[in-house]
Amino acid sequence: MHTPTTEARPSIYYTYEVFKPWLASEHPKQDRQKVVIVGSGPAGMVTALELARHGVASVVLSAELQFSQGSRAICFTRRSMEILQQVGVAERMTEGGLPWRFGNSFYRGQRVFRMEAPHDADDRFFPIINVQQQFMEEYLHDACKANPLIDFRWGNKVNKVDQKDGYAVLEVDTPEGPYAVESDWVVAADGGRSGIRTALNLQMEGASYEGFFVIADIKINLPLPTERLAYFDPDWNPGNTILMHREPNGIWRVDYQLPAGETPEEALRPESLKTRIDAQLAMIGHAGVPWTMDWSSVYSARTLTLPDFVHGSVIFTGDAAHLLPIFGVRGANTAFQDAQSLGWHLAFVVKGLAGPTLLANHSTERVGAAREIITEAGKSTRFMAPPSPGFRLLRDAVLSLSLTQEFVRPLYHWRTSRPHEYTHSLLNSAGDDNGLFKSGPAHGAPPQNVRLAANDFLLDHLGGGFDLLYFTDTALPEALQQAIQTARAQGMPLNVIAVGATQAVAGADQHLPDADGHLRQRYGVPANGGAYLLRPDQHICARWLTLDATRLQAALTTALPQ
Amino acid sequence: MSQQALTIDGLETVYDALATAIDQAGADKAQLFLVKLALLNANALADEHLFQQQITAALQDL
Repeated sequence: MHTPTTEARPSIYYTYEVFKPWLASEHPKQDRQKVVIVGSGPAGMVTALELARHGVASVVLSAELQFSQGSRAICFTRRSMEILQQVGVAERMTEGGLPWRFGNSFYRGQRVFRMEAPHDADDRFFPIINVQQQFMEEYLHDACKANPLIDFRWGNKVNKVDQKDGYAVLEVDTPEGPYAVESDWVVAADGGRSGIRTALNLQMEGASYEGFFVIADIKINLPLPTERLAYFDPDWNPGNTILMHREPNGIWRVDYQLPAGETPEEALRPESLKTRIDAQLAMIGHAGVPWTMDWSSVYSARTLTLPDFVHGSVIFTGDAAHLLPIFGVRGANTAFQDAQSLGWHLAFVVKGLAGPTLLANHSTERVGAAREIITEAGKSTRFMAPPSPGFRLLRDAVLSLSLTQEFVRPLYHWRTSRPHEYTHSLLNSAGDDNGLFKSGPAHGAPPQNVRLAANDFLLDHLGGGFDLLYFTDTALPEALQQAIQTARAQGMPLNVIAVGATQAVAGADQHLPDADGHLRQRYGVPANGGAYLLRPDQHICARWLTLDATRLQAALTTALPQ
Repeated sequence: MSQQALTIDGLETVYDALATAIDQAGADKAQLFLVKLALLNANALADEHLFQQQITAALQDL
């Protein structure tokens, strides 16, 4: 019998709702499911929403009866917001969030590095927005609840996953005892301590770093802007690093490294937390400002990934698939990209529009992304928390030099999470004009957003299937229309946007006037007849200086391998 | 290694200056000082491959 707590979690700023458990006895017996998603964090819920967007139903199992404890993930990148826009929650994130784009690194009281993240006029979203994870989960949950294709089950804990031939049987424990559910596919979105990963005895590859960080949320009134603050080697915590972030609702995140040898239990004692937070506040000139503790936890940096995310009927995603250090906001932001990718790849396989090769492609692309992140985040981690005497010596030498020497200061850059480019994806068209373009997003790249008018951006018009941006001011050629119709007749969702047309044109579902040619310029299209093909995750899989029906047909076939 | 080389006089000057600076840094800061110096030299060298060769040479016969 699984009995999750029915007591609302404590929080200064967030009122937890305790949901009713889903009980098998209250529902009719159910047939085999298409997809069961284990875990209701960012990865699980975005996967469910993306699947639903492509018409695929899923069951989401949450072991708990409420959203996760504490703020956890607080910094969400532009690409995350673009993904959240696709699943309908970006507006709520924006309403309650604190956007920012500057970061500061301090050493011996001097600001030795200032990061200014670019904010293009063509971007709808800021480089980063701070929102506490409970709110983000609430927004996603509301979207799931409103979707008839998502069966959300609180208080359902997976005990066991048995892989059968082409499906899996899950034993799910609830407050009235266990029940069994069969599913063609199981998405393991059960977090960093994934029970399914352990049960399948899967090994992750990569490194774990020694040294712990305390992560503490305090309510305090500090007259400081929303910018990232990083303090290196301060007197009160010699050799170690402290990070601070403003969160919404009067909360500040204080994140500090522990001296070597100190245990998490010692570090989380209230008097230990108080002494250190007081010391940090004193160091930044705010000694004695009253504060109260909301939540604290301890973490260590790891750069680990499964080498394959697909195992039989089970697909791992988010933290269940990889463990990434928080430096550079890699956790939830990577999970959103994983889930967006998984959502459409899996949906197209479930619907029979593509074969298992497509799922293998998902795994290859996202493992590649995880490895790229591990390489980048490893650099940040080795600077923030040096793993050996040599790395410590180099880091200390850079701190010291940075007071006077400009050339070392970029080493403070924390390499913010950015979307992986699927440059060598199997889905990229071989016979297009990718190499002939002089600018614009290339094969595998995420899309470049473009401001079209006040509160109107290119990405607002994309998603839900493949998108063909065709640059024209008149009707699409007959042969192209024919190729599009053929693809649609085979079940492929394909949205055609005529860019440069001032009115509706034959063969296009939408038209964007692009009167000043700005969109065309950002996409590097020299003349009418050029085109871009975007996958359902909006990454580019083909682009042409002059599109013809044969090459479109070839690109569509390549994009959905059997 | 590079074609350029110090004159004997120049090498002797570097020899004395470096020894004096290590003493000035003191036993507990000598390592830090030397790493800072290595980074400044590497930047002046502007050639990470040459620097790697120098690391290899310096690691010999320790």
